[in-house]
Amino acid sequence: MNIQTKYHGELTIDEKNIVIFEKGIPGFPDENRFVFFPLMDDELYTVMQSVQTPNIAFVVIIPFLFFNNYEFDLEDGIVQQLDIERPDDVQIYTILTLRDPFDQTTANLQAPIVINRKNKKGKQVILNSDAYSTRQRLFPSPKLLKGGAGC
Amino acid sequence: MLILSRKTGEAIQIGDDIEIRIVSVKGDQVKLGIDAPKHVEIYRKEIVDEIQKENQQATIFSGNPADLVKKP
Repeated sequence: MNIQTKYHGELTIDEKNIVIFEKGIPGFPDENRFVFFPLMDDELYTVMQSVQTPNIAFVVIIPFLFFNNYEFDLEDGIVQQLDIERPDDVQIYTILTLRDPFDQTTANLQAPIVINRKNKKGKQVILNSDAYSTRQRLFPSPKLLKGGAGC
Repeated sequence: MLILSRKTGEAIQIGDDIEIRIVSVKGDQVKLGIDAPKHVEIYRKEIVDEIQKENQQATIFSGNPADLVKKP
């Protein structure tokens, strides 16, 4: 099927790849169907696009690629809701709040997107622990970033 | 809104399977113990509000993210 996307115009998607968020996500309770595809060729950034509403799209990352020590326990209730059978079936994403300049961009580590790849059920899980913030800077320090770029 | 007075150690029951007990009261802080089935999700209200707001904020960006990410 063809859908309108926020950043990539009209795209043809395979309906098999649609992830179902039964109760939507916080703030968007009616957005139940999302597809995930790379923002660019490098696959470091992924777009989480609503199938229903072209203008609702998030840029997400695999948090473990950016935050080495990131970890959380998936509560039994969530495991049951998503019918998760094996840890290998789970895909985790983190929503970014993009800001210009890019080094001001933050990641919502307190509410990871959890997907069961096998049955395509997804949920934005809220962590009750205060170990992680909804606005964790993606880059620890602008100075560090500049240094890394070889200025 | 239903308002009930409870003392430390007392509880209220919601439906068949949810129980909320007052564990302790210290100054303006109340500790609650909550027994509920696993499928009932329990969160601090302000965290839920914050995540709703952050999700909305995250969809506001109107530029081209690919350009933003590539910018030196």
